[in-house]
Amino acid sequence: MMDETQAAKPRKKHALGTRIWHWINALSVTILFMSGLNISNAHRRLYWGDWGFAAEQAWLEVPRFPGWATIPGYYSLASARDWHIVFAWVFALGLMLFMLAALRNGHFRRDLTTRWADWKPSNVWQDIRQHLKLNFDHGEGKFNFLQKAAYAGVIFVLLPLMIFTGMVMSPGMEAAFPWMTDIFGGRQSARSIHFICAWLLFAFFVVHILLVLLSNPMKQLADMISGGRDDEAA
Amino acid sequence: MKRRNFLVGMGAAFLAGCKEIGDSKWFGALVDTAESWHRGVHRTLGVSRIAMAPEYDRSEVSPFFRGNGTQEVGKEDYNAHRDAGFVDWRVTVSGLVDTPLELSMEDIRALPQRTQVTRHDCVEGWSAIGEWTGPQLSRILEMAGVQEGANYVIFRCADTLNGADYYESCDMDDAMHPQTIVAHLLNGEPLPERNGAPLRLRLERQLGYKHPKYLTGIELVASLDDIEGGKGGYWEDRSGYQWYAGI
Repeated sequence: MMDETQAAKPRKKHALGTRIWHWINALSVTILFMSGLNISNAHRRLYWGDWGFAAEQAWLEVPRFPGWATIPGYYSLASARDWHIVFAWVFALGLMLFMLAALRNGHFRRDLTTRWADWKPSNVWQDIRQHLKLNFDHGEGKFNFLQKAAYAGVIFVLLPLMIFTGMVMSPGMEAAFPWMTDIFGGRQSARSIHFICAWLLFAFFVVHILLVLLSNPMKQLADMISGGRDDEAA
Repeated sequence: MKRRNFLVGMGAAFLAGCKEIGDSKWFGALVDTAESWHRGVHRTLGVSRIAMAPEYDRSEVSPFFRGNGTQEVGKEDYNAHRDAGFVDWRVTVSGLVDTPLELSMEDIRALPQRTQVTRHDCVEGWSAIGEWTGPQLSRILEMAGVQEGANYVIFRCADTLNGADYYESCDMDDAMHPQTIVAHLLNGEPLPERNGAPLRLRLERQLGYKHPKYLTGIELVASLDDIEGGKGGYWEDRSGYQWYAGI
């Protein structure tokens, strides 16, 4: 019934649920990332497998992250964990509700699914060339292939991986779901994957911000707040 | 230039805001709420069975078991006990129990033993696997007879860190859990001093700081409020670490 009455109105470029989630997610991921850097400072080595505590088992020596990059702005494992534990809830519940909304309103199906033809190297290469030329006009559909791949990779791979590897690191959760630790190849592997995915998300963030800045940033920002209009697709 | 100043200003305001919030009372309350949600979820998910920490094969133990926190107790009476092989070491069971106990190492070894190869996860992020042996805490508590109204178990320790006695606590669910043992052997040998000689609690579903070393006393209480700093453990009192360390 709702859909019939709303069908007459022009569709927004970004649905309300998408906008709300975008900003809640931006805030919670920022806080999780920065408090995560503080937590990383507590033990600056990464390992593969179930265990590891010394340099000879490590595959990576992680640099110490400076205070301006961490929450709180000084080293405090206890307080960084507080921030991490609170915003883990905001982040995970937010993602779950967004996913349900995006399934329901067709955002995933309409905007993020790709066809086999989209994956052809010639098409992908064409997309890359247009991006490098800073030409962001593209034909039908809201997103081009690279956008779809990046958004889907973040929403369906990186963000869920952050949640599941985070759960594996919790000994209380592990007792309930021991098989999840095995999927990731052990707790220290999960910790390594958590760290790698966090930096992949950071890389996405940098590219995302850069592309917004290169493509009419004030309008992009306004659209992500007010919703914008669908006919002038990004 | 203006835009950059704006961004730097925004960043600084964000960090200042975080500090302001982090220091506030309501954020502390929010953290406590989030912590109890996590605990509730962990316990609910494991409700249909007794959720057990994973156990490993003996071949998977780490070649060396790292010690953290207190590595050497450095007290005269502890050193005397250690040098004598802990023959006169006693661990008391007191508080809300029918029969207060005083157990020697011989008493501990005479009880039915549980051996488990488990992974120890430090709050800092590292892990080590070891084989621990000792009686289940539930067995000791049954001997003493836990009284109605006992909600927490306090663990008293011989070591002092930064001028305060180390102690820890857990609720009755964790106390009665089959993997909660009072360990006297690590990988088949008496515990090294850095790992808590002669007795260390194993609380396998929580992080390392909930596994107190150099055990001297087990105390049943109704509330944590009047114990030391009131937050249920040394690190909880000193630095604000979460009491529930299952995450």
